[in-house]
Amino acid sequence: MCDTCGCNVTPGNAHLVDKKTVDVLTNLLQENDHVAAHNREHFERHGVLAVNLMSSPGSGKTSLLEATIEALGNELSMAVIEGDLETENDAERIRARGVPAVQITTGQACHLDAHMVHDALHDMALDDIDVLFIENVGNLVCPASFDLGHHANVTLLSVTEGDDKPAKYPVMFRAADLVLLSKSDFLEMIDDFDTNRAERHVRELANAAPVLTLSVKRPDSLGPWFDWLRESVIALGEGRVMNPRVQPEGATLHSGP
Amino acid sequence: MHELSVCQGLIRQVERIAAENAATSVDRIVLKVGPLSGIEPELLRHAFTIAREGTVAALAELELSQGSIKVRCRLCGGAGEAAVNRLLCPDCGEWQVDVTEGEELLLLSLDLETSL
Ligand SMILES: Nc1nc2c(ncn2[C@@H]2O[C@H](COP(=O)(O)OP(=O)(O)O)[C@@H](O)[C@H]2O)c(=O)[nH]1
Ligand SMILES: [Mg+2]
Ligand SMILES: [Zn+2]
Ligand SMILES: [Zn+2]
Repeated sequence: MCDTCGCNVTPGNAHLVDKKTVDVLTNLLQENDHVAAHNREHFERHGVLAVNLMSSPGSGKTSLLEATIEALGNELSMAVIEGDLETENDAERIRARGVPAVQITTGQACHLDAHMVHDALHDMALDDIDVLFIENVGNLVCPASFDLGHHANVTLLSVTEGDDKPAKYPVMFRAADLVLLSKSDFLEMIDDFDTNRAERHVRELANAAPVLTLSVKRPDSLGPWFDWLRESVIALGEGRVMNPRVQPEGATLHSGP
Repeated sequence: MHELSVCQGLIRQVERIAAENAATSVDRIVLKVGPLSGIEPELLRHAFTIAREGTVAALAELELSQGSIKVRCRLCGGAGEAAVNRLLCPDCGEWQVDVTEGEELLLLSLDLETSL
């Protein structure tokens, strides 16, 4: 009753304390999001399209980058940031094709965050680059929560993983700006992967992202992916605002409670 | 498990707010962690017991609310609840909806103790 004036204080509770509730309403990832916004400014100042590639381990991210470098190397200037728990292997695969690559080994962390990408940018000559690919750590859960400052999320789902992965990992597939159903050369061997059903699962996440089917073993299947990439480079060059599809907390904060 | 990184960020925010208010300890931390936030409440609780050690929040209780997922239809204006992997209009069944609730990952409030 008399908490405020302290008249109920006895020798036993002489360490006087005052209690109060502070309303905060901030995003739990605000530190990351600040650095991400800073990265995005870097990219935009240098006219670099930054694409975050996400998938399970082994869905074909590095292979797709190799095929993309092969096909578009003369047309676009590319660079790659590779995220893996361990090893420089993927960065070496990219460098072997004459494209600069920085490897980030995350050790325990199962995702890249904006700070790691920021540090990696110090090793890159952004002025010379049209497209920076950021190959995230293979994981369908954690990477979706961290804005890196990139412009678009590209999520791969290989046809050997099952067409219901979007329903099982809704946060990841909701965040996709483009879904690539990879390793389509296996479709003839796998009778229960239905590309239409995979697309329907993506739509049921209220996501209108294009869903493309491709295989690095079938170079002619890669055209629509290259077109998406070219159009995105042009859109950024024209000054179109490009943010990865889902930045929920930021959006919530900016529109108020 | 990215919940530990999220928790470490949370603790840094809590420490800053506690210092701004000259608090000696934090009793309670209230979060909203929507079902579409990508955070598992149980993993976050576990990570919190690790991240809080040795900080001003060492004895703090963590209160999490999840809330529900709500959508509003762009086609017919229908609105209502939806499941995490079926974000569909409750009226017309189409997928062209906006999620109006369920993605939050917010620090709502802190209960602080200050010495007089
Ligand atoms: N058949 C087939 N194999 C592929 C394809 N893309 C990748 N692979 C194979 O899948 C394995 C993992 O590919 P990788 O690109 O390292 O996957 P990442 O972990 O997502 O980077 C390698 O053995 C690749 O050769 C594809 O389109 N078709
Ligand atoms: Mg790889
Ligand atoms: Zn994780
Ligand atoms: Zn409707």
